[in-house]
Amino acid sequence: MDIDWAALGQVFGVSLVATVGLVGLFTLGILGTASKADGTSAAALPRVGAYACFAVCALAVAYGIYLIAA
Amino acid sequence: MEHITLLIGIVIVTALVFDFTNGFHDTANAMATTISTGALKPKTAVAMSAVLNLIGAFVSVEVAKTISSGLINEDSGIQPEVIFAALVGAIIWNMLTWLAGLPSSSSHALMGGLLGATVASAGFGAVNGDVVIMKVLIPALAAPLVAGLASLLATRMSYRLTQGVDEKQTAKGFRAGQITSAGLVSLAHGTNDAQKTMGVITLALISGGALGADADPPFWVIASAGIAIAAGTYLGGWRIIRTMGKGITDIKPPQGFAAQTSAAATILASSHIGFSLSTTHVCSGAVMGSGLGRKGGVVRWSTAGRMFIGWGLTIPAAGLVAGLSALLAEQGDLGVTVVAVGAVTACAAIWVASRRQPVDHTNVNDGPDHTDPEPAGVVTTAMQVVAPPPVGSRAEEPLPQSVESIPHQNTAGAPADAAAPAGAAATAASDASSSAQANSNASSASSAPSASSLS
Repeated sequence: MDIDWAALGQVFGVSLVATVGLVGLFTLGILGTASKADGTSAAALPRVGAYACFAVCALAVAYGIYLIAA
Repeated sequence: MEHITLLIGIVIVTALVFDFTNGFHDTANAMATTISTGALKPKTAVAMSAVLNLIGAFVSVEVAKTISSGLINEDSGIQPEVIFAALVGAIIWNMLTWLAGLPSSSSHALMGGLLGATVASAGFGAVNGDVVIMKVLIPALAAPLVAGLASLLATRMSYRLTQGVDEKQTAKGFRAGQITSAGLVSLAHGTNDAQKTMGVITLALISGGALGADADPPFWVIASAGIAIAAGTYLGGWRIIRTMGKGITDIKPPQGFAAQTSAAATILASSHIGFSLSTTHVCSGAVMGSGLGRKGGVVRWSTAGRMFIGWGLTIPAAGLVAGLSALLAEQGDLGVTVVAVGAVTACAAIWVASRRQPVDHTNVNDGPDHTDPEPAGVVTTAMQVVAPPPVGSRAEEPLPQSVESIPHQNTAGAPADAAAPAGAAATAASDASSSAQANSNASSASSAPSASSLS
């Protein structure tokens, strides 16, 4: 019996890190762009940070498409 | 093309039918949570998934060289009769699990079919037992755990980060993210699963001498496999979508996003690293994880348990049908004809049975009663395992309310007389499965009065 524990462990680790990382980044992005309770739009600095988060997520999606096609 | 014998032709058609069932069986993986959180309208969701499946079929040029991934000894080639029997077993199991609304792996159904047909025709010696454990059992256990844990942690973190923020403000963003993740799952599905069909057809053509060994699939094979899976996806396996999107747990936008992202990440990681996991197992696990991750979220373990049992039965059941089919098909043309006619009849019967309690895009989101308490006893669970999909505890719902929708829904089933509502109600109440139907109709009628007339 030759169970490839290393590959399974790798899948486990990569999935966990990628999911938690991306969901975290995207959530921060949503928070940064959400308008404040008083209705005014978010401040400049959080907004820039939020766009950076979204950009990283977009890159991850592009990498995902690359993996599918390659 | 002149080399294609009748048998090879039948194998090709059967492979495309399997591809089609694979499409509607797996729509839920990408789109169930997207539909239940309201990120996309049901029809829009399946249309998007269908297009991405079609694109997915064309984007990758690498086609599986073996159809069984080493489960069985393919060195001496596989008889077309065996491939045909395997496909029949897989199709019938896909239809049955669709009728029961159970998400189960189409790849496992195909593997089970191949195993059963091979054992029936060549004995146990042709099966690589180690590979079965390595490629089937371990992944089936690992997939829901990996995706579930990732989804659980992501959901928990997402809720912690958005603590104190109005849910309505973030919902739109989470829905957008979820659509993107679901799109990736659809694309990956088209690439992986349409290729399986292309592999089957190509091998059948090679074994019949219509193509040289190691030939790449001709364009018409790629196109027809892609179109079949996309058409199946667009049809939408609404029964399975309902189970996945509403039956396992109630999904809110942050959970849907976490679950779908976990599914996409796990599927891509597993196929890239080379430890392939079933998309269905991954997605089901991700949905369960997201249910556990939200405070107050409840996973309906009765539904989940029924699903696990379905997974366990997939290989033996598809294998049994395929084995019997193989024994018949090897008797010659008459045997093949008997199997083909039997398969068509079985599929038609399953479809007719499904019309007794139709689920489509109009009522897909009317899941089980949200206040449904978790059944406590072992007996209750055991009984629900063998019963049709769960319905709420609405048995006392006044039946006449539901009666008017029954004649519309029973288009192909037993004739229901709209002029005799009391009689129809009494009949419905006397029959266990019909009363389940009445309950689900009652919920659909009360929540969306106009919906039932559309179906």
